[in-house]
Amino acid sequence: MEEENKVTLHGTWRSPYAKRVELALKLKAIPFEYVEEDLNNKSPLLLKYNPVYKKVPVLVHNGKPIAESLCIIEYIDETWKNSPQLLPEDRYKRAKVRFWTSFIHQQLYETMLTAMKAAGEAQEKAIKELWEKLQVLEEGMKDIFLNGTPSIISNGSMGILEIVMCSLLGPYKLQEEVLGIKIIDPEKTPLIFSWLEAINELPLVKETAPPSEKTIALLKFVRENALKSSSA
Amino acid sequence: MAEVKLLATWPSPFYYRVVWALKSKGIAYEFIEEDLANKSPLLLQYNPVHKKIPVLIHGGKPICESMIILEYIEEIWPKNSLLPNDPYEKAVARFWIKFADDKSPEIWRVFRSVGEEQEKAAKDSLEMLKTIEEHALGEKKFFGGDKIGMVGIAFGQLAQWLQVIEDVTGVKLLEASEFPRLQRWINNFKQVPVINENLPDYDQMFAFFKGRRQMLLASK
Repeated sequence: MEEENKVTLHGTWRSPYAKRVELALKLKAIPFEYVEEDLNNKSPLLLKYNPVYKKVPVLVHNGKPIAESLCIIEYIDETWKNSPQLLPEDRYKRAKVRFWTSFIHQQLYETMLTAMKAAGEAQEKAIKELWEKLQVLEEGMKDIFLNGTPSIISNGSMGILEIVMCSLLGPYKLQEEVLGIKIIDPEKTPLIFSWLEAINELPLVKETAPPSEKTIALLKFVRENALKSSSA
Repeated sequence: MAEVKLLATWPSPFYYRVVWALKSKGIAYEFIEEDLANKSPLLLQYNPVHKKIPVLIHGGKPICESMIILEYIEEIWPKNSLLPNDPYEKAVARFWIKFADDKSPEIWRVFRSVGEEQEKAAKDSLEMLKTIEEHALGEKKFFGGDKIGMVGIAFGQLAQWLQVIEDVTGVKLLEASEFPRLQRWINNFKQVPVINENLPDYDQMFAFFKGRRQMLLASK
């Protein structure tokens, strides 16, 4: 049967959420077809598969669609049981990982986006908030990992937390370049700094990252667009 | 068997999510009432990041965020399952749980605001209700089945708190004629014994939220 076990990912290189799913599939060595969506001209398939949000990423497995990156990653982990395991086996640890995944996904990213799209006082406020939240995460790392050392450093394994960190803050140096401000300071958040260094060293992460110029151009575009419409 | 404690406040809908999950599985627990105007050292110790309720404490270990608590409860006590077994159905359930968490705050924006801001919140709330009516609720009695599950519990705010918000603000959102499936679900949901026996008293809730709204408006 053609459709049996077929996996398709609808995404766009611009979306950190689609990147998460791409990383999860590649980490588990799951063969998949990739469909690059043009968000200004969404395919009929995308609209059919995600009528609620009409967004990427959408994973289609055996003809059945799943939307929302974190839901997709949990599905991947439950369906393909080969290693690496993306969520911990231990239920209490799993609850902790879900908590921090949600924190990074909702709180950190929202603040980062606000900083990216604002100027002047509004931007200063957002950046201050971002640093505060990074401090919270820095403290949290001591709670998540033994001695605060992420498993990626102790045994090279990448899980859902690393996937989410990578998608949002992996390109932090480029984000810093566009914002003109330091986001990840090795002195203020040493654990996060070394975590991101380890993540960005992984061959898979290097391979899947778009060329820096493309990312910088995208970030600049997002920022300029937002500033234009807020002053219009 | 490790002790289960639940740190929460009445009449938080997030507290009730956890109550429904625990009771549907017959899990005994101790309720510890928290005063959010005067947060206890216990709360600050167990939820230092958000300082919010509910917090489930199992064998002395805290779990925060209501839907994360429910996933934990489901995994530790799988009896009377609240999630489908099939991984695809489970993914669909989690999609709707996330939708409930992301969109339900709109009804609270209606509660907290006036004028233009309230109009926008009402519009967004209606969008949410429409999406649930058209996409989430099939012809089955509950979301995805004949028994209540985590998705229904996640949408539980709509079963009682929404009405309180409507009555306190005078903003009608859920017209039964416009949302027949949703209305039917609410009626069915409230009749399920574990829900029926564990809903906050309507009049007490009305008085509580009416007072709250008055305070909010006075401070504007």
